[in-house]
Amino acid sequence: MGESGYLAAFIAVAAVATFATRVIPFLFFERHTEHPLVRHLGRYLPAAVMALLATVFLQRSADWSGSWMGFDALLPGVLVVIIHLWRRNALLSIAAGTISYMAIQQAGL
Amino acid sequence: MNQSVFRLTLPILFGYLPLGMAFGVLFSTQLEYAWWAAPLMGIVIYAGAGQILAVSLLAVNAGLLEVFIAMFVLNARHLFYGLSLLGQFKGAGWRKLYLIFGLTDETYSLLTSRPRGSDRAHEQEVDFRITGFNQCYWVAGCAIGALLGDNVAFDSTGIEFALVALFIVLTLEQFKALGEGFPIWLGAAAAGVAMLVLPPAHQLIGAIALVTAVLLFEYRKHRGQAPGEESSHG
Repeated sequence: MGESGYLAAFIAVAAVATFATRVIPFLFFERHTEHPLVRHLGRYLPAAVMALLATVFLQRSADWSGSWMGFDALLPGVLVVIIHLWRRNALLSIAAGTISYMAIQQAGL
Repeated sequence: MNQSVFRLTLPILFGYLPLGMAFGVLFSTQLEYAWWAAPLMGIVIYAGAGQILAVSLLAVNAGLLEVFIAMFVLNARHLFYGLSLLGQFKGAGWRKLYLIFGLTDETYSLLTSRPRGSDRAHEQEVDFRITGFNQCYWVAGCAIGALLGDNVAFDSTGIEFALVALFIVLTLEQFKALGEGFPIWLGAAAAGVAMLVLPPAHQLIGAIALVTAVLLFEYRKHRGQAPGEESSHG
């Protein structure tokens, strides 16, 4: 198998594996859409997953060993919460958090 | 409609362009393949962390079975996303296949958080365009990064925080829409536990499995107490 043959096979296998993780629920649970358990998960899972993604990625954005002790990401994170509770404008909250995070990271304190 | 979809997906643009570029730069500096293979991967694989892992697998000429297992395990959290979208995607026709294909973390977040009207076909069309816009941002990022390689002039350090901020905003929106804090605290606590006991590569799937297990347990408990009634949380 040549270089480009390997790359083509690699991309195909990676694509199939990724798509499989996304399509499997629809293949096996489609008929149970109205089942109370599926409705229960549909109601609560997105909120829990969102909180989980926010927590994990916030932790990964922070530098816990430097002089900021994690506040390089925690402060912009809190800023997002405050501005969002105040104005409830998603783009404004996200811009404020991102710009302050970039400023802190690029200042290199 | 495209204008409102663009507004809705703007935070994803700020997240996907730099992350896609990071992948593209990594791809063209670590590997000898043609640059256009990077956006091609963005088109047919379309997975952020998965593609970055793919670079390291390509670098060591990993076996195809190993590639399949690694990609499947890394993306296994998506198994749970579909479960909460079964009803929402029902009857979407030919669009459904693409909606499922494009179900990344960020697209899932938008599709489950945005307010929805009663016109089902219209809402599915909006879902479809959101998915398409997001993938365009990602593929553009992959292409730009692979073409520029190391010659990225603009100091965009930290711009990927847009995705973290998006997740925070969507958590607040979910809280307001649900009117109860229980799933939010559950998600945050599960993330905390996973980060304490698992290596980074398995934290997301571990936390999502934990959340799902607690929701299942909770469902059984409430079903046992009040059969046939919609369960509620305190």
